[in-house]
Amino acid sequence: MSGISARLGLALGDFRLDAALDVPGRGVTALFGHSGSGKTSLLRCIAGLERAPGGYLAVNGEIWQDDRQGIFQPIHRRPLGYVFQEASLFSHLSVRRNLEYGWKRIPKAGRQVGFDQAAELLGIGQLLDRSPARLSGGERQRVAIARALLTSPRLLLMDEPLAALDLASKGEILPYLERLHDDLSIPILYVSHSPDEVARLADFMVLMEKGKTIASGPIHEMLTRLDLPLAHGDEAGVVVDTVIGEHDQAFHLSRLDFSGGSISVAQQPYALGHAMRLRIHARDVSLALERHGDSSILNILPARVVEIVEENPAQVMLRLDAGGIPLLARITRKSCALLELQPGMAVFAQVKSVALLG
Amino acid sequence: MILSAFDFAPVWLTLRLATATTLILLLVGTPLAWWLARTSSWLKGPVGAAVALPLVLPPTVLGFYLLVTLGPQGPVGHLTQALGLGTLPFTFAGLVVGSVLYSLPFVVQPIQNAFEALGERPLEVAATLRAGPWDRFFTVAVPLARPGFLTAIILGFAHTVGEFGVVLMIGGNIPGATQVLSTTIYNHVEALEYTQAHWLAGGMLLFSFVVLLALYVPGKRAQGSAS
Repeated sequence: MSGISARLGLALGDFRLDAALDVPGRGVTALFGHSGSGKTSLLRCIAGLERAPGGYLAVNGEIWQDDRQGIFQPIHRRPLGYVFQEASLFSHLSVRRNLEYGWKRIPKAGRQVGFDQAAELLGIGQLLDRSPARLSGGERQRVAIARALLTSPRLLLMDEPLAALDLASKGEILPYLERLHDDLSIPILYVSHSPDEVARLADFMVLMEKGKTIASGPIHEMLTRLDLPLAHGDEAGVVVDTVIGEHDQAFHLSRLDFSGGSISVAQQPYALGHAMRLRIHARDVSLALERHGDSSILNILPARVVEIVEENPAQVMLRLDAGGIPLLARITRKSCALLELQPGMAVFAQVKSVALLG
Repeated sequence: MILSAFDFAPVWLTLRLATATTLILLLVGTPLAWWLARTSSWLKGPVGAAVALPLVLPPTVLGFYLLVTLGPQGPVGHLTQALGLGTLPFTFAGLVVGSVLYSLPFVVQPIQNAFEALGERPLEVAATLRAGPWDRFFTVAVPLARPGFLTAIILGFAHTVGEFGVVLMIGGNIPGATQVLSTTIYNHVEALEYTQAHWLAGGMLLFSFVVLLALYVPGKRAQGSAS
């Protein structure tokens, strides 16, 4: 019975939430959609901050709400952590007392996240005796995240935790969020409308529109489903999870391996076997029918055309399969015609650049 | 000598009355303020207006109805007699009842405003950190509403010290039993004892100014809610 399963509906004035959710009980699941698509309402219903009448919610085998059986666990009995958009620290308590607030309210035996561990994980050890009023926005949000973690939640809900921050603070917090993902085995539901954040953090994704959950699946699939808006537009691209396979000392390159081949990037300061996530934008992939030995492009992956969709009269978007890993390529309609590309054809995908997501 | 002629009984009585009234008002007014700050019931309007009535009513109106209600023929009077408590008018307990009603808005409104200014967020955060409803109230709502409580205590106490009409009607100005500062000054003036009147009136003036100074001097009281 692992996984998070929810059927939650709610009417708030003109807005109707009608969500059906079945997502894995581990890793980071992004609730993605435009503002007003119901992401936050859904998260609040899952927390129990709003009551969805007739709803159903089970988290890794535990039923939190089932109105047919008359079950509704009040918020303070749900083993969850909630990080709001604004840090919402208690202004009458020091950072330390803020952190202790939830920590001392759970039984000692249930404390799986240690006080020092959480402070270290979020890098706030130096701030413990300060008042929240004397913290920067980024520091406040890190304290709020640590405070939520210290209740040893079995589900962590994060409502656009970076949205209220400036760019620098965002950059400051993202690495900490990645560490959460890597170091702790707490499943996270992460509300976001930023494709970049999602590409960096999420393993699984739920797409929301007008209060409905319209599609869900592993992040690799969702970013490349040509029937969904994510696979279109300038930011369209895939994420690829790789490990460092080799360092080329002579040319200062690192080879990152994945099931569909390998990609070379500028040398990385990590040991062999270190996991790295890449983002490959569709605009940076071009196609050739033969492997050119005389090209300056280093990263050429054998692939097969799966699907071709016209984006506009000038351009088409192709979904490729590179050894089980989906890729997107955006090329001109003219090139597509000249190469006579068809689904099923074998091609070589030339990757002009990749973005390292850490 | 002035001091030998000075009767401290009304001073002590006034302080006892104001202390008892303020404590009772905190106990009664806090839940009332919480309810008013958070309810969406249609009763909010009527109850809020009833709480504010002593702000506009002549104290004699309140005193008159209290006399009628608490007196031997009134409904509450019947009850207190049946319980063997006698009747409340012209006793200290009667003064307390009158003062509690008369100073109610001065305690309820600042606390209600402070609770309203909190918003939902700090309480929601506390709930996600495993705090139940009572826990949230005492560890988050009350500490964050502290400035409102301080204002309520100061105003409730000072307003009770300063009342006249209600205590005159419900208390009867009985020396040693229900004679408070304000009514004593009235007696002195009636008897043309201006020296004694000056001492008491001057003391009241000074006291009231100091109390209000505590409210109006900006200090650490004005802290926000959750940041």
